[in-house]
Amino acid sequence: MNNRQLILAHFWLAFGLFAVALVLGAWQMLIRSPLLSWIPDPEWYYRSVTAHGTVMAYVFPTLVAMGFGYAISQVALNQALIGVRWAWLGLALVAIGAVTAVIPVALGRASVLYTFYPPLIGNAFYYIGVVLVVVGSWVWVALLSVNLGIWKRKHADEPVPFAMFANVAGAYLWAWTSVGAALELLFQIIPAAVGLTSTIDAGLSRVFFSWTLHAIVYFWLIPTYIAYYTIFPRAIGGRLYSDTMGRIAFILFLIVAMPIGIHHVFEDPQVGAGFKFIHSTFTALVTLPTLLTVFTICASAEIAGRLRGGRGPLGWISALPWRNPIMLAVALSFVMLGFGGAGGIINMSYQLNSSIHNTQWITGHFHLIFGGAIVIMYFAIAYDLWPHLTARALASERLMRLQLWLWFIGMMVTTFPWHYVGILGMPRRMAYYDYSNPALAPEALSVILSGFGGLILLAAGLLFVFILIRGHRGPATVVDEYRFSTALHPPVALPAALNGFALWLALMIGLTVTNYGFPIAALLTRTGIAVPAVYVGSQP
Amino acid sequence: MTTEQTPPRDKSWSWASFGLTAVLVLLTAIAGLILLPSLQTNASYSSLWDAICSAAGVLRPSASQPSIEPTFKVSQVVLTSGMLRNPSQESIGRGATLGQRCAICHGPSGISRADSPNLAGQYASVIYKELLDFRSGARVNSVMSPFAEPLSDQDIVDLAAYYSYLPRLPGYHPTMQTPAPRIVINGAPMRGIASCGSCHGGLANKAGSPWLEQQPEPYILSQLRAFASGDRHNDIGQQMRNIARQMTSDEMAEVARYYASQPLGSSTQ
Repeated sequence: MNNRQLILAHFWLAFGLFAVALVLGAWQMLIRSPLLSWIPDPEWYYRSVTAHGTVMAYVFPTLVAMGFGYAISQVALNQALIGVRWAWLGLALVAIGAVTAVIPVALGRASVLYTFYPPLIGNAFYYIGVVLVVVGSWVWVALLSVNLGIWKRKHADEPVPFAMFANVAGAYLWAWTSVGAALELLFQIIPAAVGLTSTIDAGLSRVFFSWTLHAIVYFWLIPTYIAYYTIFPRAIGGRLYSDTMGRIAFILFLIVAMPIGIHHVFEDPQVGAGFKFIHSTFTALVTLPTLLTVFTICASAEIAGRLRGGRGPLGWISALPWRNPIMLAVALSFVMLGFGGAGGIINMSYQLNSSIHNTQWITGHFHLIFGGAIVIMYFAIAYDLWPHLTARALASERLMRLQLWLWFIGMMVTTFPWHYVGILGMPRRMAYYDYSNPALAPEALSVILSGFGGLILLAAGLLFVFILIRGHRGPATVVDEYRFSTALHPPVALPAALNGFALWLALMIGLTVTNYGFPIAALLTRTGIAVPAVYVGSQP
Repeated sequence: MTTEQTPPRDKSWSWASFGLTAVLVLLTAIAGLILLPSLQTNASYSSLWDAICSAAGVLRPSASQPSIEPTFKVSQVVLTSGMLRNPSQESIGRGATLGQRCAICHGPSGISRADSPNLAGQYASVIYKELLDFRSGARVNSVMSPFAEPLSDQDIVDLAAYYSYLPRLPGYHPTMQTPAPRIVINGAPMRGIASCGSCHGGLANKAGSPWLEQQPEPYILSQLRAFASGDRHNDIGQQMRNIARQMTSDEMAEVARYYASQPLGSSTQ
C-alpha cells in the first residue's frame, strides 16, 4: 500500500488521543459514583467531560475516517493517492486544531462540554481549534472527491468500486452535516467568544447544532459500515451478498441522516411541534439502511458459513470462523447495534423521549452505539489494516479476542446500568449525586456497576494500544496485497444513479431545505430573543 | 469488478427518487402541520391557519389570560460580566465624594463597624445593581432606600467605580478559620441548592453575586432570612430566594459564620 506513513500517522494520532480521553472517561465514571466522595470543585469534572467529548466526538472518529478513507481510496481504486501533500496539511490542521482546543479546556477556560451549550461561552481558542479540526477534515473530503473524479475519468465505463462509493458517500455526508455546527460557531459563538457581540440566540444556535448533531453519528458510523461490507466477508472467507443493497444503504444514509436532527431538541420551545413531528418521522426512516445492512451482512456470513461446509438452516452459524477477531468484532458490534438501535427508536419518539430526555439513558445510548458498536469496528479496522500498514504481522489473535471481549463486556456493564438509572430519572451532566437521599439510593448500585464498566473499558482500550505498539515493533514480514471483499455477483453494469452522487446530494440538500429551512428562517427573522452570553470563568 | 457499459442515463431513478421524497415530505408536512394540530383538543386555535402557524413554530400572540403581576417591584437591572470594568479616574473621584455620605454606616474606608456590608473592593456590578434596586424600590431598607432615591444613573456608576477601586481591607471581625460547610462547596443537590461557591467565588464568580468573606455575620444571616421569607426579592429569577427557602436555619447560621471568618480574597482567583 502506498503512503503508509500518512495513514499510520492518522491512526496513531487517533488512537493516542483516544487512550488519553479514555482515562478521563473512566475517572469521570468513578468520581460521580458512590465509591468516592463528592468532588470539591465540579469545574474539574466539566473540564474533563469537555476534553473527553471533544476528543472522542470530533478528533478521534474524524482521524479514523480520514486514515481509513485514504487507505480505501488507494486500495479500491488501485491508484496511489493524489494530493498527498494536501492530505498531510489536513492532518496537520486536525492535530493543531486538537491541541488548540484542548489547551483552553485544560486551563478551565472552556468547560462548555463538546456540544457547546450556548449561551455558555468559553475561550475563543477552543472553538477555533474545533473549526480547524473540521477544516482539516474538509481537505480530506475534497481529496476523496478529486481522487474519485480522476479515477472516473480514466475508467468511464466501469462501476465505481463499492468501498470507494461508500467512502465518498460518508465524506459528502460529513461535508454537509458539519456546515450546521460551522454556522453556529462562525456566526453565533465565536463572535461572542472574541467579544464582537455580548448576546447570543441560544435557540437558533441549538437548531444549527442539531443539524450537525445527528448526522455526525452517521459520519462516525460509516467507517464501521464500510468495514461490515468490505472487510468482514473477505476476512471470514465469504462473499458480499449484494453490492447493490450496500450502495442503496449508503445512499439512504446520505439522504435521511441529515434532515432529522430536530429530534435532539424535542424539549426546546423555539421549534414548532409540526417540525418536530416531521423530523421524528424521518428519523424512523434512518433505521432502513441499518436494517438493510444487518440483512446483507448476515446473508454474507451465511455464504461464508456454507462455503465452510455449514449445512441446514442454522448449521452455517457454527461453521463460521468464530476465532477470527473480525468475525468476533462484527458479532459483538451487531449485538450492541441491536440494543443501541432499539434505544434509538425510543429516543426518536416524541412521547417516549419525554421520559428519558436529558437523563443518563441518553449517555448510555450514545456510548453503546458509538463507543460500542462503532468503535469496536474501528479496532477491527486497525487489526485488519495493521499488517499491511506496518509490514509486520499482529502476532496474537488470542490477545485481540481478549481485547474485543473486554471492550464488549465493559461497554455492556457501563451502558446497561446507565440506561436503567436514566429510566429512574437520573439527570446527566452532573458532577455528583446525593445517593444518601432515599430518592436516589436505588441508583447507587447501578452507578457503581457503571464505574467498574468504565475501568474494564479502560483496560480494553489500553490493551488495544499495546497490541498495536507490539505489532508495530515486531519483526518485518512479507504481507499480501490488501484487498476488500468481492460481491457474490460483482456489478457488471450499474444504473448511473448507483454509480454517482449528483441525484443523492440534490435530495440531501433539498430535504435540508424542506426540514430545516423554515425553522431556521423563522428564528433568524425573530427579534428580541437573544440572551446575554455567559462567559466561563469570567470575573464580575 | 470491471465491466462493460453502464447503461445510458435514464431519468427513471431521478423521477422515482424525487417523487418518493416529495410524497414523503408532503405527507409528513400534512400530518405534522395540519392533521395533528387539528386533533388537539386542549389547544384553542382561532382558525386552521392559526393551527398551522402554531405547529410551524411561528410566534403567536399568547392566550388572553391576564398575566399575574407580582405585588412588589422586581429588579430591572441587566448585568453582563465585565460591563463596568476599567472605570475612569474621574468616575472614581466623583464616587469618592459621593461616598462620604455612605461612610456613616459603611465606614470611611468602606469597612463597616455597624454590621452593614463592607463595600471596599466589592465588585462594581454588585454595588451598581443593589443601588439601582434600592432606587427603584425592588430592594427596600428603611435606612438605605432614602439614600439611594436621589442618586442619578451616573452617581450610581461612580459609586460602583469608587468602592470597587478601594482595596479590600481586613474587617473588624475576628478571623477564626473553620472548615468550609458542605453547602458552600457542594450545595445540596436534592434540594436544588447550588453550592454558594459556584456564584460567590471559590468555584466561580457570577455577575451580580458579591464576594462574601468577612462580611458581617448578622448581615449575611439577615439577608438569607429575608430571601427565605420573601422580604428581599431583588434576586433575578428568584435565584437566592429559591436557595434560601430550602436552607435550614442551622445551615444559614453556619454559612454566615463561615463567610464572616474567611480571610479576604480567599474566594477569588
